[in-house]
Amino acid sequence: MGFRNMLRKIVDIFTSLKLTIVCLAAGMALIFAGTLAQVHLGIHEAQQRYFQSMFVWWPPEGRGFQFPIFPGGHLIGAVLLVNLIAAHLKRFRWNWRKLGIHLTHAGLIIMLAGGLFTDLFAVESHMQLANGDARNYSEDMRQTELAVIDTSGDDLDQVTAIPDTVLRPNRVIDHWSLPFRIAVRNFYQNSRLKMLSQAAEGAQPIANQGPGAMIAVEPVTRATASDERDVPSAAIEILPKDGGSLGTWLVSDALGAPQTFSCGGRTWRILLRPARYYKPYSVTLQKFTHDKYVGTEIPKDFSSKVTLIDPERSVNRDVLIYMNHPLRYRGETFYQAGFQKDDSATILQVVHNPSFIAPYVACVIVAAGLLVQFGFHLVGFSRQRRKAIA
Amino acid sequence: MKRFLPWIILAVAAGCLATNWLPPKTAENDFDFSRFGKIPVLVGGRLKPLDTVARNSLLIIHGKQELELEGGKRLTAMQWLTDTLLNASVADQYPVFVVQNADVLGLFGWQQSDRKYFSFAEFAPFLKQIDEQAGQSDKLEAVQRSAYQSAILNLRNGLSLYQRLKNSIQPEGVENFTAELQGYASSVPGAATAARQRAMGENFDKSKLDDVAQMIQRYEHLSDMAYILAVPPLGPNGEWHSVGNSLLQSVGIGEIHPVVVEYAVIGDAYRANDQPLFNQHVQIVADWFAKEQPKTSKRASFEFLFNRLQPFSQSMTLYVLAFLLACASWLGASSVLRRSAFYILLLALAIHTFGLFSRMYLQERPPVTNLYSSAIFIGWGAVIVALILERIFKDGIGAACAGAIGFVTLIIAHHLAGSGDTLEMLQAVLDTNIWLATHVVAITTGYSAMFLAGMLAIIYVVRGVFTRSLKKQTADSLGRMTYGVICFATLFSFVGTVLGGIWADQSWGRFWGWDPKENGAVLIVLWCAIILHARWGGFIRQRGLMIMALFGNIVTSFSWFGVNMLGVGLHSYGFMQKAFPWLVGYMISQLALMTIAAMPLERWRSFRTASAPAHDESPQISPAPSPG
Repeated sequence: MGFRNMLRKIVDIFTSLKLTIVCLAAGMALIFAGTLAQVHLGIHEAQQRYFQSMFVWWPPEGRGFQFPIFPGGHLIGAVLLVNLIAAHLKRFRWNWRKLGIHLTHAGLIIMLAGGLFTDLFAVESHMQLANGDARNYSEDMRQTELAVIDTSGDDLDQVTAIPDTVLRPNRVIDHWSLPFRIAVRNFYQNSRLKMLSQAAEGAQPIANQGPGAMIAVEPVTRATASDERDVPSAAIEILPKDGGSLGTWLVSDALGAPQTFSCGGRTWRILLRPARYYKPYSVTLQKFTHDKYVGTEIPKDFSSKVTLIDPERSVNRDVLIYMNHPLRYRGETFYQAGFQKDDSATILQVVHNPSFIAPYVACVIVAAGLLVQFGFHLVGFSRQRRKAIA
Repeated sequence: MKRFLPWIILAVAAGCLATNWLPPKTAENDFDFSRFGKIPVLVGGRLKPLDTVARNSLLIIHGKQELELEGGKRLTAMQWLTDTLLNASVADQYPVFVVQNADVLGLFGWQQSDRKYFSFAEFAPFLKQIDEQAGQSDKLEAVQRSAYQSAILNLRNGLSLYQRLKNSIQPEGVENFTAELQGYASSVPGAATAARQRAMGENFDKSKLDDVAQMIQRYEHLSDMAYILAVPPLGPNGEWHSVGNSLLQSVGIGEIHPVVVEYAVIGDAYRANDQPLFNQHVQIVADWFAKEQPKTSKRASFEFLFNRLQPFSQSMTLYVLAFLLACASWLGASSVLRRSAFYILLLALAIHTFGLFSRMYLQERPPVTNLYSSAIFIGWGAVIVALILERIFKDGIGAACAGAIGFVTLIIAHHLAGSGDTLEMLQAVLDTNIWLATHVVAITTGYSAMFLAGMLAIIYVVRGVFTRSLKKQTADSLGRMTYGVICFATLFSFVGTVLGGIWADQSWGRFWGWDPKENGAVLIVLWCAIILHARWGGFIRQRGLMIMALFGNIVTSFSWFGVNMLGVGLHSYGFMQKAFPWLVGYMISQLALMTIAAMPLERWRSFRTASAPAHDESPQISPAPSPG
């Protein structure tokens, strides 16, 4: 009996209207706090801490003990979703008068579930193209990878990409395809590089091979503005598997050219670069156009004319991507996101979001539901008034 | 008599305003500034009459649309602009620049006094210093600037605008521009031939190029400085140019643009104080535009009329009047006052609507394109809904709300207009009439409804606590109105928010990006949902609904203004330091009202009487369906 009582209590809690209100209120508080936090943290970081998390932690950073001080966006959203579904399962009775309420909440369920799905599965990346450039990959806006490239092959380079989550000090990376291990000596999430001659007195290089031997690396606080990127840097030591060390290299997003060394009879290139997502098709920029209103600096229009080539599907066509008119192709969407300062290159945002249709469907259903619901009120209200007057 | 009194009051109010609508008369022997003010030019990417340029520039520099000289003489914006454009040495003496910051005055060795307006001539010796100081503060974000830094930057921007204006129609300080242009025109064909020969690598007459080289340098400077693009294209697809630029181009074309020549005559006539000649050539330019660019010319004339009528300040006056009449009607329970308020509101709404639609016609856009127009639209929407309520309930409450919200939103709009052209061109991402017409209109309609619900709650609390006028019947109808308006707000806020998400999905690739303005919108939706569920679940009744509607004011004002002050995200259209204390003050006032409303019922003057103590616990008659 005790168990059944408890179960009933739990069901009562999860189907209660009070829980709905508590969740909505907690959501408001969270959104308010998260919005204010964006001023200092930037949109991305605040989003991670407040909205895309189970809990908001305090203190927010550091290695010490952290306490959950408030439910995060995922937790509130999930509880609300369970509450909505449970309440409807328990109380659902078909009734024309409740059509509006049912529609509204069904739409909300689709919207919440779609939002959760998007959070988990959507991938956003960038593709930067100068006129004439062709690319078959896009680049992650935040994650970096250490690319180790075997250039000995005649036609093909063999690329081994190591994600930045593995690049932590004192980690040793051992991959079967490489005749050497990579020991990470230093890693900076965001950094500034300076020639030793211009750096502060006493600054030491963290590498002894390549240009890195003449460069000092200063750690910098992480970028918060939405148009800024961290410049990660690392010092890595190459340890051939047959013993010894080839020395330490500095790899950094700020170093343009890759560095080369030989090991195991082959030539290797290493570089730290934004993580790449390869595609089975390519995009070539024909022309980027940036119009301003005459006599002003106010942007009037940006557009990128690109050629889309997909041998697999026998596609070769020109596409114009411009404001509010993205290109949707093979589950990915290309948006005109920005441009380089002197209009030298276009920046396209590439989004893979399998559930992008959910909000469209949900919006229509909820709007219909609200209209029906409030329409009933209005009709009832005017009938009452007519009666009152009569 | 009682029946006709409201109509008489309306007629008197309309009569007072009608004087504004009559066309102004220019005396025969006076400069025709009206006609001159209607001539279209291109500034900030938008075609507008000179009158608009005059008003906006004077507003930016002087803070007002009119200039008072020492000795009490008043100049209209157009008079000031004409002096600035055509007779700069006179305009340099006008006290137009506002400086109140003691540190800025100290920079020039001046002591702070009652005087806050200074002339360009007074700043002339310090221009380099001002530019240096302003350059330093320009490097900072607006939020980081001190009062001194903002003030010096403002001064620099004002001076720079003024100097550009002076070089927009003619080179500053020119004596006889017509003669100068004639000289230029006669040497241009020879120079053009020489330039072509040089370009082709043939022999050319260098002296012919040298003749105009000096003039070209002069006009290059003029072209760099120009603020106004006054020279229209000759063909249908050409571009507008500044006078300087057009003169440079005439080397290639071989002749000077007719409008440039006319402007030169107009300037010379103005300096010579030759009214008939000035008027005659202004008429020639006006005729030229009417013939060559009839659409532009018509629109500019209409904008001139719109500027002169100032429809929003007229309706502002009427809203105040209506609000006072409606409040007075509760004291005397007089239906005459209530009906007068209603009629005056209809007049105010008609003028408000005229203003709103005029802006839409001028901009060829849906009604809301920036913060200024959102204020205009929020007021307009709220007034309409409030008038519908008044029509249904006939108790003066809707009328009072309409008056109060109409007035306050137009005052807010008035203060938002200080940064210049309120019909500015739209950034590329906003350049889509479909989304502006749906998402933005839905969101702002949601704001309107939230503020209306909040206003109804204010009336409920103020009348209930401080007066005895809140009878049970009135309280119940207030409850029903507030509930209905919140339902309306929920619908529009939700649809608007989701449409915004869909727009974002279309243009940025994500439905939801946690941008502050998006968050602000969803806060309203969540708050509406909380109110409705709390009511359906029986957790709140009439008074609870009112308290929550008051909090809705806070949520909505945060969403409308507060998030813009954070300075983050894609929607932040400029930081508004000045509005911050007002916003905080408003929020505190709403919190205070909520506290007052939460006082025990014995403290409510209206409910203290024998019949009412149980009021709050009385069962609800209004439609309150159980939750799903």
